[in-house]
Amino acid sequence: MAGTPRFDSLEAVRAGLASVGYLADDATAGVAWLADRLDKPVLVEGPAGTGKTELAKSIAKWSGARLIRLQCYEGLDESKALYEWNYRKQLLRIQAERSADSAWDAVEGDIFSEDFLLARPLLEAIRAEEPVVLLIDEVDRVEVETEALLLEVLSDWQVSIPELGTVTATRIPLVFLTSNSTRDLSEALKRRCLYLHLDYPDPAREKQIVLARLPGITDRLAEQVAGVVRTIRQLDLTKPPSVSETLDWARTLVLLGVADIDVEAVSSTLHVLLKHRGDIAKADRELRAAAATG
Amino acid sequence: MLDTLAGFVGELRRSGLPVSTTENIDAVEAVANVPLDDREALRWALASTLVKRQEHRAAFDTVFDVWFSLRLPLLATDDALTAGELAALLDAALESGDDELLRELARQAVARLGGMHAGRPVGATFYVFRTLRQLDAEGALERLLADAGPGAAGDDLAGRLERDELRARLDRLRAEIEDEVRRRLVGEQGPEAVVGALRRPLPADVDFLHASPDDLANLRRTLQPLARRMAARLARKRRHHRRGRLDMRRTVRQSLSYGGVPVDPRFRRPHPSKPEILVLADISGSVAAFARFTLQFVHAISGQFSRVRSFVFIDGVDEVTSIFEGSSDLTEALARVNAEADVVWADGHSDYGHAFQAFWERWGREITPRTSVVILGDARNNYHAANAWVLDELRRKARRLYWLNPEPRSYWDTGDSVASLYGVHCDGVFECRNLRQLERFVAEVG
Repeated sequence: MAGTPRFDSLEAVRAGLASVGYLADDATAGVAWLADRLDKPVLVEGPAGTGKTELAKSIAKWSGARLIRLQCYEGLDESKALYEWNYRKQLLRIQAERSADSAWDAVEGDIFSEDFLLARPLLEAIRAEEPVVLLIDEVDRVEVETEALLLEVLSDWQVSIPELGTVTATRIPLVFLTSNSTRDLSEALKRRCLYLHLDYPDPAREKQIVLARLPGITDRLAEQVAGVVRTIRQLDLTKPPSVSETLDWARTLVLLGVADIDVEAVSSTLHVLLKHRGDIAKADRELRAAAATG
Repeated sequence: MLDTLAGFVGELRRSGLPVSTTENIDAVEAVANVPLDDREALRWALASTLVKRQEHRAAFDTVFDVWFSLRLPLLATDDALTAGELAALLDAALESGDDELLRELARQAVARLGGMHAGRPVGATFYVFRTLRQLDAEGALERLLADAGPGAAGDDLAGRLERDELRARLDRLRAEIEDEVRRRLVGEQGPEAVVGALRRPLPADVDFLHASPDDLANLRRTLQPLARRMAARLARKRRHHRRGRLDMRRTVRQSLSYGGVPVDPRFRRPHPSKPEILVLADISGSVAAFARFTLQFVHAISGQFSRVRSFVFIDGVDEVTSIFEGSSDLTEALARVNAEADVVWADGHSDYGHAFQAFWERWGREITPRTSVVILGDARNNYHAANAWVLDELRRKARRLYWLNPEPRSYWDTGDSVASLYGVHCDGVFECRNLRQLERFVAEVG
């Protein structure tokens, strides 16, 4: 199951991501490159809306791999993450067999075969013949006990099914785990992963992102958008604006036909950028104060 | 290279980062896959394999900068630019924000103005401060702003954006100067000595009572994610702690898919019982930072309790719950606590005895068997009467009574501390010197 490298070079990763509209900084592209070289999963942490999920999607899109997504939630268990026996089909099989009057051993061997196995995302990713990207989204939402399910998959690239044996990966999938850090993940999981912290981009890169995602926007407006967002993020807010909110805001400004940002334009559209009443009031006050003294 | 890496990992461990052997091996493998002449690539390769928590990143960067500092030729003082040329370069660098210019400026400025001589027993911070002051970077910033002001008069928001941009460039310059100073120190003393001098406790280990303003600002930044984590943990614990009764209806419904066999019994969710918290905090000068921090923390996770009431005292006592509930901005609320709470009764020195008595007389009957009382303070009573009977009464009425003491255990009962006199009346007394201990307390009793 030797991993065949997917990516040719570090530069290719960066350029490839850019070609599908994801502007990665050096560290982000670099960690994706290492993940491929070392055959290790990547744990991506960071504030909401900085492009954690988007990174996995973009890698899949660019490399032409199939994206398999496991959305985590509290109460996620084996039967939803790994595999499940198709009970209904097994029952039908047994009932059909009863009339045919065959030996029990044959039936038992039969109903625990691949035909009756429902593959869930993790098993599906392991069994896939074609290149896949496995995205385990918001892994911090599952309980610590469930996290252990991932360990076998992520370090040995195999799934043990008691009735069937061990399924080993034919080719190692590229795995991204995302987390909003609502709790600490176990050391065992972290140890197996490469760690990447995605933070808000600096204004220059945010401007590039806005330009890449909104072809209709002028260079000047994009620069102003990035500047205002930086200023707002420096305030002590409950929830600073994310990159996706920046994009929404820029789109709003373009639709409203704003060519040049002034205080009025900002304050009438702040609700696109900020989602807490207190935050909006505070940002509005700050920007107006700047306007009064500046 | 392997030796350098081994030394580097050892240094990380000494800084408190838990680096396992597997991670060490991964790091070596990662380094083999990146171009070695690219310092930033080396940085992310090592960081992604060795650092698994964002809180540890600052410590990692410090060690990295020292261990893998650029070996550029050092400038001698006489070769550096003169003061006039420096000022011109400063203006140009700030105006353009060009990285190369900023780096060059930092090199020249440290050589000319840093006044670094071998063997002087002062730290890097001193040289950085000295260079920045002599360079008068702040002055240059104001000058540039004043120049740009009239031109951008049409729109005032632009002025604000311009100011923030210049500030960011100034921060970059500061970072470059720190780099340069560090580089020189490393050249002079070797990396081990420099790292040793720069080593600082991780945010979770910073002592509340001896935290510098920088540390406190750092702590406040870690507070929000920590509170979110704590809240999620408490909620989860409550939900999973007890199983409810069997839910017949849903069990039967579920059994239909297995031919009537109840393979998968369903249970009712137990009704969550949220405790009521009452915090009584000493906010006198000596422990103010601790009290403020803890109050902030408790209110950040207040959603996990059915009710949070806060009281503050020095020698008098006052309720401040409404101040916290009225505003969404905790920093502002804390400022109001200091300004509005009526906590001074006689002389403004801690008097636990009187504060407790006053509290008991005024609010004592509002304590119910559902209330958990948490007292924050160092129990330094300035030799006043202790009135420990109040705690005994409190404990009898309340669900639980805890005391959090920000002093190290070995200091308790020394001087005017009456920690154990109060302690015997509590259900639990906890040493709470840093974030790690506070977190552990909440996890244990929450």
